[in-house]
Amino acid sequence: MKKSIAALAAATLLTGMLLLPAGASAESEAAEPLLDENGNQVEINVYNWGEYISTGEDGSLDVNAEFTRRTGIKVNYTTFETNESLYAKLKSSGESYDVIIPSDYMIARMIEEDMLAPLDFSNIPNFDKIADRFKEDCEYDPGNQYSVPYTYGQVGILYNDEMVTETVDSWDILWDEKYEGQILMFSNWRDAFGIAQKRLGYSFNSTNMDEWNAAADSLREQKPLVQAYVMDQIFDKMGGGEAALAPYYAGDALTIHSNNEHIQFAVPKEGTNLFVDAMCIPKNCNNKEAAEAYINFMCETDVATDNIEYISYASPQEEAAAAHAEYLREEYGDWAVDIIYPSTSGENDEVFLNLPEDVNTQVENIWIEIQGSGGGVIYIVLTVVILVVLAGGIVFFRVRKHMREKEL
Amino acid sequence: MKSKWIAAPYLVWMGIFIIVPLLIVVYFAFTTADGGFTFNNIAQVGQYSEAIFKSILLGIVATAVCLLLGYPLGYIIARSTVRRQRTMVLLTMLPMWMNFLLRTYAWMTILENNGLINRFLNAIGLGSLPLINNSGAVVLGMVYNFLPFMIMPIYSVMAKIDRRVIEAAEDLGANRLQVFKKVLLPLSFPGIATGITMVFVPAVSTFVISRMLGGGDMLIGDIIEMQFVGSTYNPYVGSALSLVLMVLVFICMAVMRQFGSDEESEAMMP
Repeated sequence: MKKSIAALAAATLLTGMLLLPAGASAESEAAEPLLDENGNQVEINVYNWGEYISTGEDGSLDVNAEFTRRTGIKVNYTTFETNESLYAKLKSSGESYDVIIPSDYMIARMIEEDMLAPLDFSNIPNFDKIADRFKEDCEYDPGNQYSVPYTYGQVGILYNDEMVTETVDSWDILWDEKYEGQILMFSNWRDAFGIAQKRLGYSFNSTNMDEWNAAADSLREQKPLVQAYVMDQIFDKMGGGEAALAPYYAGDALTIHSNNEHIQFAVPKEGTNLFVDAMCIPKNCNNKEAAEAYINFMCETDVATDNIEYISYASPQEEAAAAHAEYLREEYGDWAVDIIYPSTSGENDEVFLNLPEDVNTQVENIWIEIQGSGGGVIYIVLTVVILVVLAGGIVFFRVRKHMREKEL
Repeated sequence: MKSKWIAAPYLVWMGIFIIVPLLIVVYFAFTTADGGFTFNNIAQVGQYSEAIFKSILLGIVATAVCLLLGYPLGYIIARSTVRRQRTMVLLTMLPMWMNFLLRTYAWMTILENNGLINRFLNAIGLGSLPLINNSGAVVLGMVYNFLPFMIMPIYSVMAKIDRRVIEAAEDLGANRLQVFKKVLLPLSFPGIATGITMVFVPAVSTFVISRMLGGGDMLIGDIIEMQFVGSTYNPYVGSALSLVLMVLVFICMAVMRQFGSDEESEAMMP
C-alpha cells in the first residue's frame, strides 16, 4: 500500500513537473486528464470559504475549471462557513482534503495540533510573488512553513445608508436600541466576541477570563436587538434591505455594494480585526504534489488577478494587488481602494492569535449559552404545565375506566 | 422461522446504522477528550435546559397544530371517492418532492420584512408584520414541513374503518358527536399515535428550521449541530446532549402513548 502511494506520488510529481511549465501560458491547449497509475484521473479536494473564489459567473474566470484545463487534475470544490466548522470537519470526518483555506488564528491552532503538512516550496515557485510583509514576522506561521497567503482584509460595519443616516464610526451602533431587529451579527464566536472586546477596549487575544466574561455580558445585552446570527446569509439580507447593520469583511462589502448601492462600509475607531486567509495542506491529504500545484496556480499573476477582482478581498500577491487596486479605482473610485487596501491601519487594529485551549473551551461554552438562551423561564414553566395537564388527563381516564369496571 | 430470514437484511442494517451509532453516542457522552470516564458531560447539559425546554414546547405546539389540521383533513380524504382520494393524497405529498432546505428557504423569502406577504400588506396600505425571526415562524416551519407525517397515518387508519360500524352506531340512535366520540376517535387512535410520534420527534430535534426562520433563537438541535460540525467543536458534550434529549423525547412519547393506549382499551370495552 505504502509503496503504491510513493509510486503514485513520484508519478504525479514527474507528470506535474512536465505539465506545469506548459500550463504557465494561458493560451496553451487544454491538458489531457492527468492519470494516476490505476488509470483514474488525479483529483484534489479543495475546501474553501463560501463565496470565496471566482466561479466563471458574469464573464469572470472559472478558476477551478482553468486549473483542470492547464494541469488535467480534477478539482472537487466544497465550502465551509466558519473556521470553527472547518476545524470540526477535519477533526471529525473521514473526508480528507488536499487544500484548505483557514484564517490566521486557525492555522496557528492547526500547526500546534500537528494537523498541517509542511509545504515543499520548490513546487510553489510563485511564493516569491507574495509581498514580503506577509512573510516577515508571520505570527500565525513562524518561518512560513505551512501556508501561502490567499487574501487579507479587515472587519468593519456594513450599513444601509437609507436606514442609517448618522455617521457610522463606532461599534456602539450595533448596541443602539434604535436599530432593534435590524442588526445582524456574526455566528462564529471569535468574530462576535472580537467586536464586543474592541468596544470595551480589550485585546482579541486576551487570556484574562474577566475580560471575556465582560465581552459575553455585552453580547447578552445586545442579543434582544439582533435580528439573526448569520454568516453568508448577510449577502441576501443586507443586499435585499432586510437588515440595516451588519459587521462583516471588507471584501464582501464591495460585492454587496455592487448589488445594492445603498450598502456602505465603515471601520470603527475603536480598532478592528486584520485577518489573513492562507492556503494550507492538511496532514492526511491524498495528493500533496497536486495540492502544491494548485496553490502555485492560485498565485499565478493572471489567475490571482482575475480571482481577486471577483471576490474583492485584498490580494497578498503583489502584481495582482496592483492590478486589482487599479481596477477598483476605475470601477468604484478611490474610496473602494481605501477600504480594500487601506494605506494606514488604526493603532488598535489587531490580528487574531491562537488562544490557549482552556480559554477556547470556556468561551465556546459561553457562546452556546448566549445563543441558546432567550425567552427564559417561561418556556420551562409552559412545558411543565403542558406535561402536567397531559399526566392529569391520563390519571383522569384511568380513574374513570376503573370506576366503570367497578360498575360492571 | 422463514419470516425471520426475510427480516435479516433489515436487522443487519439496523444493527450497523442504528444500534452501533447509538452505542457510540452513549460512549462519547461518558468520555473525556483523553478517553477517560466522566459524568461531567452530562452535568454540563443542565446549562442548556432553556433551549431543551423551548424545543420540547415548540415541538408540542407544532404537533398539536398538526393534529388539529391533519385530523379533519385525514377524515375528509378518507371519506371522499377513490379518485378524489388519490388526488388529495398526491397534493398532500407534493411538497415533499421538493428538498426540505429549499422549502424552508422559500418560507424565508415569504416571511421576511421585505418578503412577499409584507410587500403585499404595504401595497394595500397596511403596515408590515413581524413574521420572521420569532418562535411563531419556527412553529410555522415545523408544521409546514411535518404536516404530511400527521395526515398520512390518520388517513390510512380512517380509510380502513368500516363504514357499517358508523352506520350501526347511527342506527342505534347515536348523534354525530357520539359517533365521533365513541366510534371514530377510538378507532383512529393508532393513526393519531403514529402521527404524533412522526411529527413530534423530528420537530424537537430540528436544527435547520430554527436557524433560518428563528433568527438568533437556537433550539437544542442547533446546539447539538454546533457541537459536531458548527462553530464549537465538542462531540463529547454534543453526545451527552443528544443522549439527554433522547431520554426526554422517550419520556414525552411514553406519556403520550399512555394517553392513546388507554383510550383505545376503553373503546374495546363492551
